Amino acid sequence: MTTTATEEKKAPEQPKESFAQAFLHGLWAANTVTVTILAVVLALVIGGILIVVSDPDVMAKYGYFTARPGDALGSSWEVVGDAYASLFKGSVVDPAAVSAWISGEGGWERVFAPISETLTYTTPLVFTGLSVALAFRGGLFNIGAQGQAIVGVILAALAGFLIPLPPVVHLVVALLAGALGGAIWGFIPGFLKARTGAHEVINTIMLNYVALYFLTWIIVQKGVQNPDRTDAISKPVDSSAQLPRLLGDNLRVHAGIILAVLVTWGVAWLLNRSTLGFELRAVGNNPDASRTAGISVTATYVSVMVIAGALAGLGGANMVVGSTADALTPLVVAQIGFDGILVALLGRVKPWGVALAALLFGALRAGGNTMQSVSSISLELVTVLQALIVIFIAAPALVKAIFRLRAARAARLSTSLAKGW
Amino acid sequence: MTGVSTITADELVVAPVETGFWTRSRKVGLGLAAAGVLAAIAFGALATSQTARFTLSEDAQGAALAIDGTVGAILFGLIAAAAGAAMFTDRWFPWLLGVGIVAFVLSFLCWQISDAPAGQNFMPLVNIVRGTFLLAVPLIFGALAGVLCERSGVVNVAIEGQLLMGAFCGALVGTMAASAWVGLIAAALGGAFISLLLAIFTIRYLVDQVVMGIVLNLLALGLTGFLYERLMQTNQAKYNQPPHFGNWEIPLLKDIPVLGPALFRSNLFLYLALILVVVIHIALFRTRWGLRTRSVGEHPTAADTLGVRVLGLRYRNVLLAGVVAGIGGASYTLLLYSFTKNMIGGKGFIALAALIFGRWSPTGALLAALFFGFADQLGVYLGAINSIIPSQFLAMLPYLATILAVAGLVGRVRAPAADGKPYIKG
Amino acid sequence: MEPGEIHALLGENGAGKSTLMNVLYGLLQPDEGEILVDDEPVQIRSPRDAINAGIGMVHQHFMLVPVFTVAENVMLGAEKVRGGIAGFLDHRRARREVEEVSTRYGLRVDPDAVVEDLPVGIQQRVEIVKALTREVDLLILDEPTAVLTPQETDELLAVMRSLKESGKSIVFITHKLGEVKAIADRITVIRRGRTVGTATPDASRDELAALMVGRSVSLTVTKLAKEPGPPMLQVEGLVVDDERGHQAVAGVDLEVRAGEVLGIAGVQGNGQTELVEAIMGLRPVLAGTVTLDGQRIEGWSAKKVLRAGVGYVPEDRSVDGLVKEFTVAENLVLDIYDRPPFGSRGVLKPDAIAASAKERIAQFDVRTSSHESAVSTLSGGNQQKVIVAREMSRPLKLFIAAQPTRGVDVGSIEFIHSRIVHERDVDTAVLLVSSELDEVIGLADRIAVMYRGRILAVVPPDTPREEIGLLMAGVVQEEG
Repeated sequence: MTTTATEEKKAPEQPKESFAQAFLHGLWAANTVTVTILAVVLALVIGGILIVVSDPDVMAKYGYFTARPGDALGSSWEVVGDAYASLFKGSVVDPAAVSAWISGEGGWERVFAPISETLTYTTPLVFTGLSVALAFRGGLFNIGAQGQAIVGVILAALAGFLIPLPPVVHLVVALLAGALGGAIWGFIPGFLKARTGAHEVINTIMLNYVALYFLTWIIVQKGVQNPDRTDAISKPVDSSAQLPRLLGDNLRVHAGIILAVLVTWGVAWLLNRSTLGFELRAVGNNPDASRTAGISVTATYVSVMVIAGALAGLGGANMVVGSTADALTPLVVAQIGFDGILVALLGRVKPWGVALAALLFGALRAGGNTMQSVSSISLELVTVLQALIVIFIAAPALVKAIFRLRAARAARLSTSLAKGW
Repeated sequence: MTGVSTITADELVVAPVETGFWTRSRKVGLGLAAAGVLAAIAFGALATSQTARFTLSEDAQGAALAIDGTVGAILFGLIAAAAGAAMFTDRWFPWLLGVGIVAFVLSFLCWQISDAPAGQNFMPLVNIVRGTFLLAVPLIFGALAGVLCERSGVVNVAIEGQLLMGAFCGALVGTMAASAWVGLIAAALGGAFISLLLAIFTIRYLVDQVVMGIVLNLLALGLTGFLYERLMQTNQAKYNQPPHFGNWEIPLLKDIPVLGPALFRSNLFLYLALILVVVIHIALFRTRWGLRTRSVGEHPTAADTLGVRVLGLRYRNVLLAGVVAGIGGASYTLLLYSFTKNMIGGKGFIALAALIFGRWSPTGALLAALFFGFADQLGVYLGAINSIIPSQFLAMLPYLATILAVAGLVGRVRAPAADGKPYIKG
Repeated sequence: MEPGEIHALLGENGAGKSTLMNVLYGLLQPDEGEILVDDEPVQIRSPRDAINAGIGMVHQHFMLVPVFTVAENVMLGAEKVRGGIAGFLDHRRARREVEEVSTRYGLRVDPDAVVEDLPVGIQQRVEIVKALTREVDLLILDEPTAVLTPQETDELLAVMRSLKESGKSIVFITHKLGEVKAIADRITVIRRGRTVGTATPDASRDELAALMVGRSVSLTVTKLAKEPGPPMLQVEGLVVDDERGHQAVAGVDLEVRAGEVLGIAGVQGNGQTELVEAIMGLRPVLAGTVTLDGQRIEGWSAKKVLRAGVGYVPEDRSVDGLVKEFTVAENLVLDIYDRPPFGSRGVLKPDAIAASAKERIAQFDVRTSSHESAVSTLSGGNQQKVIVAREMSRPLKLFIAAQPTRGVDVGSIEFIHSRIVHERDVDTAVLLVSSELDEVIGLADRIAVMYRGRILAVVPPDTPREEIGLLMAGVVQEEG
């Protein structure tokens, strides 16, 4: 009955690493800030290459590269630099607007317009990102934020134009309706997981599409469709149910961002300071031990998915009660659910990390619009950049290997994940 | 040790425990019987006494299977109910389920056809069968890509991206080379490119397979969308007018009634899809490669101890899956259309559903894809006869069916045991 | 190793036997040293090399694909194919080969049976057939008897003898002395990764045991005689299934009184785990009753059972006992985080949790740098103390400890044993499940022997070891 200290570490039955456990370990083990910055840099480099190779004029100059390399490199630099400058001007600040304001030629609004846009795009992503992150911490992979946001936006819009209510009350009701819709849509896979063990990844994927078809159906129903229009668009949400704008009517940033910050704080509190958060983290890390200690794993799964769904539903509601749109269309929630997955991963599934990641993605979106209009670089480049950033942070070992950082090998195993069907 | 005699207690003693009456078969049977009775009543009441004709041609002409609408709706509803009732014997479950579902659908169709505007009380079976197969083609390719990946233990959520990349590369290279065949090869390589990323990041860098699949879908969406806007929109003629494959008739087979005109006067992609189902099925269950693939998907450590190269096999299968899905994507751009942004529009996820619904087997995936294709085609048909059934609800059908399947309500589905789990030696 | 020899590798759990053999089989790479086959140094980098060098291995956890047939499992990696490059499987030849090998060595298996439907003993046979079809000269059996019934063990030993007669060499890894003495030609004892001695089968048990453990084991627990109180836990006619739907507990009756330790002895896998989990509300009770202090508790949730005054140390600490990412403090309140003073109305009270954690850490001698360290940084013994501390922090009527000292260092074992005796002395009923017979004999006031889902007998702790051992093997002695 003697066991040496060294053997003791491996002698006890090797614990099967749960998915969430291994994932979090991997995400948090790497030096997150360094890796994130390097991942963004790498993504921008690849994006730059894409801009160059898809520009026939620049590529033509590479035809005589050996004769005059300066031509090709110069114009490459120019086109990429121009694009990324637009990206920056559209998301953070445009120096021209600042100097115009100082010299009195332009208004202050143009200075704050980029920030306003960034925050407008950030808001829904905070909600969907938190939705995915929270579920993740509870050991569930919520790919269904998209569907939950869709059901959320439907209920929020219906409450917004069907129920006549005074201002403020109407807004609260619309937001709650959105949360409720998302919660219902989150409840289904949570319940099925708890009850039958059905895999939440499969079910949430499927429910995304069920929600989408439901949306396209309900838009064209009588009483919902805008009577003045023949295309698929609903009536607009009453102004009494709209979130107030923060910087006047010309800038789109609205109170949703304040709500987003509050909700981030709320989720952080929930995770770390509440008994539900304790259960959630315990179940997410080790459902067996949680069950043995008397925590109801199934009830926790259901509550996790309901809360996650409600968060995504709030994100959806934002799409019609904020300044993005005021009526239902088939694409009303855009990609916020899928982007939420990326945001959650980039934010290392920690609430404030998610908020920052959403800010980065919001800035990319906002800047992408400017890039599209000013430099005529397709907005789709932003999707590419976002995907690349997340690919790189998901494989920190690769980033470290590329930049010849130490400990690449050690980090490799720590990123191990395992989540089957 | 004073015992005079010893006995061993080895006979297996099993204490009696009451078993429940409600087996799965009986629960499903109850549901089916209820649905059948409901169909008989509701569809029967809604149907008109117009004759519902299922014509064996592309229009109202020619021979047809005909039945009075009301009678048909009630009759088939009762057959479904009877099938449900028969499930209480706890036997022949899959057969009874099949009969029950088909009868339910027929009951529904009798109502719909008899209720159609005057002169349209027929369903042209050739059109329906052809449409079902054509709509199923990308699903078959996608689901087969899933089979190849997941049978070796790598979850493939990136089918959508593989299809999209295949469609894009097929259109781009096909146009530039002015050859559909070159386009087809490029499409295969495009799908393989997404697969390569999936393989490297999940096998080498151990990134979660579901995460990677989702991200790759977005990457493919962004990449093709970006290049579409940069290249194809600015110069359609140079980059996005792909040559198309024509229809090839197969001698003899093309003269079979209904099936002949529906299936054997068709295109390369349909033939290829059907051939691939057979080939992959045989390869998976009858060859050395198949045995090793399945072993790696079920118990990679065991395979490793027997000298099977687990990671190599996974790389190979994931790449192969990309090739298959890429070709499937080309069926969009090298057959009828040119490339448009996000043109796969979720079909990759229906293919994933077909894979799961078909229980990770090539033939199962084929049947599931056909079922989903039929739902799709039915939506088109019902739209044409101004049915009151919204097409959106038919479009939900594949997804709902899959949810029911994984919830264990319609038979248990079991993924390969090691599906989704990275293999780490030692 | 000589040809035609059975060489036993004897050592405690964790002594390094399996690691050595995994190196030999190419699953792990050696840091230094070399391997000689037929006096030639060989490099074994992968199992493929090992097979080529004529080495086969039957792993402790079977390396069989559950959904494959026996023939498919046997041919995997060395498939018989026809059809050239296509590589069609030749099922007929594979089947014939299985039949050939199984008749030659007396290993009855049905080549078409699906492995997951077979009992463990037969699965092991498939493993052996698999190795033999690869024409190995050296067969490594890693703890082959751990999961077998005595009958199956006897059959296995017979197979080993017949293999030996046909000239195969066998390495037999085990920690069971009896089997070694019964079959080995030569014995090597390993301790802490070193060879500490070789012996022949005529060496006495004591000698071997002393070699294996390194010092003579003195496992004495000071325990005063005590009159037990009223019955605290009563189990009647309990029936429980295991995960695969097989009946694991087939009608168990037992009674634990306040102030006594009832030990359950038995070879692992005879339903002890399921019995305990059913009492705890972690597994559905199919029939029978469980009564705690006069109250029927079958069908209760685990939370309700725990709150009714039951402490529970689960047998698999890293899976069921602890949340490894959580801090020591969080693990100490895993069961009562939502009760005052640690939490109320859904809000955690971190200060109370920390204060209580510090107290427990001192009281139970948990060696940790801080109550905020992740519990995974602690040694096995200290992790176990965290669990024991947690479970003894509530007022208890019943304390259930399953394998409480597995993989735990000596110091912690003594501590845990003393705590268990202390619980008994303050009139808690204690149910102790252990596959270490010494532990059961040392701690228990009464011993129930469990075999194949039933309690065969309840005996006093001064019953001769041999008699208990026979009961554990399913042999019941009848008077007269």
